[in-house]
Amino acid sequence: MFSFHSRRRISNVVFIALASTCFCVALIPLIAILYETIIRGAAAVSIALFTQVTPPIGQNGGGILNAIEGSLVMVGFACLFAVPVGVLAGAFLAEYPGKFGYYVRLIAEVLTGVPSIVTGIFVYELIVATQHRFSAFSGGVALGFMMIPIVAISTHESLKLVSSSIREGGLALGISRAKTLVYILLSSARSGVITGIALAVARVMGETAPLLFTALGSQFMMTSINGPAASLTVSIFDFGTSPYDNAHTLAWGAALVLLAIVLSLNVIVRVASRLKVTGTE
Amino acid sequence: MSELDENRARKRARTPDLFFLLLCIAAVLIPIITVLMLYEIGNGSVASIEAFGASFLWGSDWIPNPPGGGPPILGALPAIYGSVVTTGLALLLAVPISLGVALFQTELAPVKFRAPSLFVIEMLAAVPSVVYGLWGLLALVPFMNLYVNPQLQTYLGFLPIFQGPNTGLGMLTAGVILAIMIIPYGSSVMREVISAVPRSQREASIALGATQWEMVRTSVIPFARTGIIAAVVLAMGRAIGETMAVTMVIGNVARISPSLFLPAETIPSVIANEFTEVAGNDVYLAALFELALVLFAIALIMNLVGRVIVNKLSFKVRGDVRV
Repeated sequence: MFSFHSRRRISNVVFIALASTCFCVALIPLIAILYETIIRGAAAVSIALFTQVTPPIGQNGGGILNAIEGSLVMVGFACLFAVPVGVLAGAFLAEYPGKFGYYVRLIAEVLTGVPSIVTGIFVYELIVATQHRFSAFSGGVALGFMMIPIVAISTHESLKLVSSSIREGGLALGISRAKTLVYILLSSARSGVITGIALAVARVMGETAPLLFTALGSQFMMTSINGPAASLTVSIFDFGTSPYDNAHTLAWGAALVLLAIVLSLNVIVRVASRLKVTGTE
Repeated sequence: MSELDENRARKRARTPDLFFLLLCIAAVLIPIITVLMLYEIGNGSVASIEAFGASFLWGSDWIPNPPGGGPPILGALPAIYGSVVTTGLALLLAVPISLGVALFQTELAPVKFRAPSLFVIEMLAAVPSVVYGLWGLLALVPFMNLYVNPQLQTYLGFLPIFQGPNTGLGMLTAGVILAIMIIPYGSSVMREVISAVPRSQREASIALGATQWEMVRTSVIPFARTGIIAAVVLAMGRAIGETMAVTMVIGNVARISPSLFLPAETIPSVIANEFTEVAGNDVYLAALFELALVLFAIALIMNLVGRVIVNKLSFKVRGDVRV
C-alpha cells in the first residue's frame, strides 16, 4: 500500500505528533489549575482576607491572616535548624566522597520520596504524644525534617559543580579545610545553594499532611509556639472539604495566596540562577 | 619556631578534626532520622500488631467502634485495595504521557523551546498537593460527574468497573488526579535517564539514515530501558504515598468494589481522615500507625530500588559526552 519510504516517514510523523500531544496534554491541568485559582481566588481577595482570622466553618466573613502567619512562622522555624544541618550534610557529601557518603546520599534521596504523611505521624509520636499538646513547634520540626534531605542533596550538587582546582588552590595556600569550604567553595556555589534552599522552602510551604497531626489548626493568631497553629495548607483542606460557600471562597483565596508564594519563589530562583539544581523535583 | 607559631600550627592540625566532626554529625543525622522514623512508627503500631497480627493486612472489615461495644475489628485490605487500584490507574495514564513528555523535551523540542518546556513542567511539579486537591474537588469532580463518567457508562457500561452510581467522587477521579500529579516527576526522572544516553548512540543511528523515531526506537529506548522502568517505580512510590489530593476526591469509604465510580479509600487517606477522630481508642490509633508503617515500608523499598538503578545508570555514563 505505502512504499517503504513513506511508511518510515509516516511513522516518524506519528511519533512527533504523539510526543508533542503528550506535552500539550500535560500542560492542560496546569493551565486549568492556574485559571480556576486565579479567577475564583481573585473573587475572594478583599481587605478582610488579609486582616481577619479564619472564621468557624459555616460562618460568614473572616480572612486567613492567622493561616498566613502560621505558615510563615513554621516554615521559618523549620529553616532555622534544617538549613544549617542540610548545608553541612551536603558539604560532607562533597568534601568526603566515599562509601559512607554514597549511602548517606542514597538515604537522603530515599527520604525525599517518603510520603509526607509518614513524616507527620512520626513527629506526632516523637513530640506531640510526649508533650500531650499539638503545637506550631512540632509542625515546624516536621517541615524541617522534610527540608534536611532536600537541602543536603541540592548543596551536594552545587558543590560538585565547583571545579576541584579551586578547592586545591585554597588548600595549597595553606587555608584550613573549614575556611576553604566557607570562604571559597560555598561562596562559589552560593547561587546554587540558595536556589536549593528556596526550592525546599517552596516545597514545604505547600505541605499539608505533616501539619495535620502536629500543628493541627487554629482559629486564632498564634500566641505561643507551643500552641496549635493555623496554616494556609490545612485551612485550604478544612475549608475546601466543608460544604459551605463562604468556606470555599476562603479556600480559593488561601490557595491563590499559597500558589502566588510558591510559584513566585520557583520563578525567582530559576530566573536568578542559571545553575541547574537536581534532586528537588 | 616561636611559641605562638607552634600554638597556631597545633590549632590548625586540630581544626580539620573538629571540622570533619561537625560535617559528619550533620550527615549522620540523615540516617538517624530515618531509623528513628522506623522505630517511632513501629513503636506506635505495637498494640495493633499484637491485636491483629499479620491478618491485619488481609482483613476486609474496618469497624473501629463496633455497635454494642466490643474490641475494634480492623483490616487494612480496603485501604490497600484502594491504593493499588488508584496507583495502577494513575500509572496507566501517566507513564505513556510522561515518556512522551520526556522524549519531546530531549529529542524533539527545538533548542530555544527546551528551557521553557522544562520550566512549565517544573511549575506543574511545584503546585502544592492541597491545591491539586481543592481543584480536584471543586472543578474536576463536577467535570467527571457531568461529562466523563456518563460517557464511560454509556459506551463501556457493560464493564463492571464502569457500573454503579456516579457522583464524581471515587477511585477514577483519584486515579486521574494522581496521574496529573506524577507526570512532572515521572517525566523528569525519565528525562534524566534519557539524557544519559551517550550522544554517540544517537549520532550513529542518524548517520545510518534513521528518522527521529527510528533513532529513538533503536538507540535511545533500549539504552534507557532500565532507567525508564526505575522512573516508573519511583513514580509509583510517589503515587502510593500521595495524601491530600486523593483524600479530597476519593470519598473515603472503606469498601472493596470493582466499580471505579464508587467512593473508596487509600492507605494515606485513611490516616489523614481518621487520625484526629481516634479519641482514646488505643488499638484504633495503633492500627493507623501500622498503616503508616506499611506505607513507609513500601515507599522505602520502591525509592531504594528506583534510586539505586537511576544512580547506577548515571554513574555508568559519567565521563561520557552528555546530550
